[in-house]
Amino acid sequence: MSGTAVLRILSVGPGTTLQDGGRQGYLRYGITAAGPMDRLAHATANGAVGSGPEVTAIEVSLGGIEVTAEGAPLTVAVAGGAFAVSLGGQALVPNVALTLEPGAVLKVRAGAAGAWCYLAVAGDLAVPPVLGSTATHSRSGIGGLDGRALQAGDGLPVRPRPITALPPSRIAAPWLDRDLDRVRILLGPQADYFDAEALAAFLATSWTVSTRNDRMACFLDGPAVRHAKGHDIVSDGIAMGAIQVPGDGRPIVLMADRQPTGGYPKIATVIGPDLGRLAQMRPGSRFRFTAVSLEEAVAARRAEAALPFSAPTLEPVVRTHFTSEFLLSLNLIDGVYGQSCGQY
Amino acid sequence: MTTVDLNADLGEGFGTDRRGGDAAMPDALGAAGTARAVPEAGQDLDQGLRGTSDLGPTVAERSGPRFLDAGEAALVVEFGQSVDPALNDRVLALDAALRAAPPEGLRECVPTYRSLMIHYDPLRVSRAALVEAVETALEAGRAEARAGTLWTLPCCYEPGFGEDLDEAADRLALAPDALLRQHAGAVYRVYMYGFAPGFAYLGGLPEALAVPRRPAPRPPHPAGAILIGGGLCAVGTFPMPTGWYVVGRTPERLYAPERAEPFLIQAGDSLRFEPVDAAAFRALERRTEGGEVVARREAA
Repeated sequence: MSGTAVLRILSVGPGTTLQDGGRQGYLRYGITAAGPMDRLAHATANGAVGSGPEVTAIEVSLGGIEVTAEGAPLTVAVAGGAFAVSLGGQALVPNVALTLEPGAVLKVRAGAAGAWCYLAVAGDLAVPPVLGSTATHSRSGIGGLDGRALQAGDGLPVRPRPITALPPSRIAAPWLDRDLDRVRILLGPQADYFDAEALAAFLATSWTVSTRNDRMACFLDGPAVRHAKGHDIVSDGIAMGAIQVPGDGRPIVLMADRQPTGGYPKIATVIGPDLGRLAQMRPGSRFRFTAVSLEEAVAARRAEAALPFSAPTLEPVVRTHFTSEFLLSLNLIDGVYGQSCGQY
Repeated sequence: MTTVDLNADLGEGFGTDRRGGDAAMPDALGAAGTARAVPEAGQDLDQGLRGTSDLGPTVAERSGPRFLDAGEAALVVEFGQSVDPALNDRVLALDAALRAAPPEGLRECVPTYRSLMIHYDPLRVSRAALVEAVETALEAGRAEARAGTLWTLPCCYEPGFGEDLDEAADRLALAPDALLRQHAGAVYRVYMYGFAPGFAYLGGLPEALAVPRRPAPRPPHPAGAILIGGGLCAVGTFPMPTGWYVVGRTPERLYAPERAEPFLIQAGDSLRFEPVDAAAFRALERRTEGGEVVARREAA
């Protein structure tokens, strides 16, 4: 494979955007960082096609996407929530890598669980960076393809990386099967705006992810959290995962498209390694917050960084063609199947 | 309470704020959508009013800063809890010191009215080491009074540009000319950015111009709108509905991502407006559209 190819968007639901690792260095000018909602899934999809963890990929919303390759075959990977993936109408596993021949249609639809998945391409999605990043922030029209979500008919130019054609292969990424009923937090930075009783109630509550849930914020339904010291602060910075409690006491977790600063007290902050699992919860999901120490949060981050997401194991799931070399490579005569045969 | 249209124009993130409201506003927003995720504009306006009361920092605010964790990858260095130029100076001095000699693992700093948020990589620098680096920087930075830049921005106040000037003057019981003279006669401090790309919060609006916010947002203003409301002045870089009053428009682009200098003004800089007529505005606008900077800069 060489030259240029196009990844053509045949159909796409709302809110599907191009995201790299996010825009760095411009928060001070009011520029949102954006970047993936589920960083680990984004890195895993990229890793499966041999790309670095922060390379531009398509973040697919629950609305799904349908793509084809034009001009040359493209090797792609899909990883994230348990989406329903099919190639030419044949169902595949949710986390999968494969070579898409020109004209073949890959469909990704909302599946059993999860709210986001990532479609990565072996090669460079040739979109121009804005302020050092291709991450789309559609509210301000920055990044991605013309600063907007992807639309049917869009063609993403790709400089493919030469790669051996890959039959559909399962991406072995057990780290994406996350427990979705607890989310770890670090209290603060404005936990002192709440008294002990309110904090205890906040931690005891089984929260429900609201239907008002997008790249900017995850609204939570549950009992109101009472402020002890009022609900206005002079604006300060907002980290991803900040849980802000406005006047009505209903918490909002600020996500990838959050603004850099804000003026409501933030009772706690979701730890980095648990942002992805929160992002993957669909409206109606219930969970509790668990307060951890800074040391525990850093240890969790270290454990996440040690996962082999940048080179996940690929296991063939469906043989679309059998070469004679492949058949000869199987030791069929003595009747002993290798472990991998069980995957077919 | 008027329902705010969250999905107007640029979308919910910019389309709503608490500017048009009062104490009952949060409930209205709760019914309306994701507006609560973007509270800061209204908050800042209220704070701007408090900031003009000239109380100055409290004793506690003169002492060392508080270190607050915003998760395991962001540290807030909080100098105080009010809007005050002296506090903002300390924030900016620390910011400058850290930018001059960034500690290992520092990702990005965000200066605000009264605190500095430091985004860092906790796998490369521990919180304790970062706090130590900040304390060292504070000692080095405290003595440095930052010499900001004084910017002069052309501003057209004429009808069609200062779309709400007459209305604001009426609310303030001032003649439109008097509003214009006072607005153009003031020097503003750039406290911080927030709310939208290149949206700068300016302190220093004359008290006579502290018009209350509108009860409901007006339709979107054009890019470059000079806004007043609730005791502050701002330059609106993106068209969006607003509860502030549009008193003029600058042909300068405070945010131009394709320009070599995408952002002109730094927090801590000062700014004033120079009245220009419609013909001059158009001529200057053609130059800024070509990527030229027309604002004048001088050492403050």
